[in-house]
Amino acid sequence: MFDWFAQLGKNTIEFYARLGREVLLFIQTLLAIVPLFLRPGLILQQLYSVGVRSMLIIIVSGFFVGMVLGLQGYNTLVDFGAEESLGVIVALSLVRELGPVVTALLFAGRAGSALTAEIGLMKATEQLSGLEMMAVNPVNRILAPRLLAGIISMPLLAALFSAVGIFGGYLVGVDLLGVDEGSYWSQMQEKVDFDQDIVNGVIKSFVFGIVTTWIAVYEGYSCIPTSEGVSRATTRTVVYSALVVLGLDFLLTALMLE
Amino acid sequence: MPEADNNIVRIRDLHFSRGHSKIFNGIDIDIPKGKVTAIMGPSGTGKTTLLKLIGGQLKPQKGTVHFHGENIPAMKTKKLYDVRKKMGMLFQSGALLTDMTVFDNIAFPLREHTELPEVMIRDMVLMKLQAVGLRGARDLNPSQLSGGMARRVALARAIALDPEMILYDEPFTGQDPISMGVLVELIRSMNDALELTSVIVSHDIQETLAIADKIYIISQGKIIGHGSPQEMNESDSPWINQFVHGEADGPVPFHYPSRSYKDDMLAGQIN
Repeated sequence: MFDWFAQLGKNTIEFYARLGREVLLFIQTLLAIVPLFLRPGLILQQLYSVGVRSMLIIIVSGFFVGMVLGLQGYNTLVDFGAEESLGVIVALSLVRELGPVVTALLFAGRAGSALTAEIGLMKATEQLSGLEMMAVNPVNRILAPRLLAGIISMPLLAALFSAVGIFGGYLVGVDLLGVDEGSYWSQMQEKVDFDQDIVNGVIKSFVFGIVTTWIAVYEGYSCIPTSEGVSRATTRTVVYSALVVLGLDFLLTALMLE
Repeated sequence: MPEADNNIVRIRDLHFSRGHSKIFNGIDIDIPKGKVTAIMGPSGTGKTTLLKLIGGQLKPQKGTVHFHGENIPAMKTKKLYDVRKKMGMLFQSGALLTDMTVFDNIAFPLREHTELPEVMIRDMVLMKLQAVGLRGARDLNPSQLSGGMARRVALARAIALDPEMILYDEPFTGQDPISMGVLVELIRSMNDALELTSVIVSHDIQETLAIADKIYIISQGKIIGHGSPQEMNESDSPWINQFVHGEADGPVPFHYPSRSYKDDMLAGQIN
């Protein structure tokens, strides 16, 4: 009985110690972002590997999600004779929810896992240690540029996802199922509100960008430096990112609808 | 620290443990300036840990590590990074950055810490590569290098900022005889030509005895002997003898601690 109690206390202390370390490292990394602007080369390099190289999966997925929305939306709306509103349905679903959320999930799978594996392997092969001994702080040189690249890329990728999705919905709805083109676009233009819908979507994708990139970077940096440790950290990145994104999405939506 | 003291590093009463296992239990080490000091001991005695303590990557539970009279464990991060510019470290794996060529790896510390123009960096990198005999390999990627070449590139990188001291982590492990000979020669000649201080952590006795000026032998968290290579060879301490002559059993036991052989064998029959 007493052992159990002691173990609980130990676990609690360890949990908070870990949380504290994580927050301190996060603050340290955020502070290290500021001087990065003097070295745009480092940011560009990471924007390419984190953002540009995630574009293909985002575009393809966005296209299919948009087409599915077009199909499903049409089939429901046509029963009510409201198929002219298809554009609104597609655009709102994408801009408010599916754009930020699905992009974040794909982003965690594509860029997040790559970041964790890269940083974890750098740790396992003593490259991070090597940087420290060359008097180069890995937080400034490795973590900060990657975090910044993720924060910049995510909203852009989410916007791309939504734009391509709206086009996919257009192809299915207008070209295939015969919804009136004018209604598709004009109703969308009228009903989608800039502050309520678009800005809120951008805020979501920005928050998801911080969270998913940070989880990826932190898991890599704090992994056990063995092949098994790196593989576990990579898995954790994807699982934690997915859970946190979905949980936060509910919270943010609740706050935004207030 | 008094001026007459010729030691660049001075370790006193160092205690370090990981979890429940004690790695160092009060060790004292002096590393004299301009000399090659070897720290030897069986595998698992924490030799690499010692280098990390000197480099400030780990903090001891107790004791001091003075570098030029300043205590490394007590330093703030910024100061520590400044001090590290005066140290070079050669990792066992080489620790080269895998996304850059050999040239860029050696240029890396120069580009990070100096504002030198690219032309000058090129000259300096080529000079360092010439010193380790790999000027022709500048455009290769680290994955294309053999183990021995990777270590030489890492050595060139370690001297890129002209440090005062170089820490070598097991420089001879896993090297073929030719690379081994090259490394032994390089470490000694660089130490003398560049007026460096070298600290070698190793368990390759013959190679290390050949180039070291001073030797420390660590076992089970304690210094069990120190002196010149000759003194070590002629020592009558059973500990040092066992290590230097590679005897399987002695004060450092062959068997991992366990209950008696007889009890262990009989225990299986009860079930």
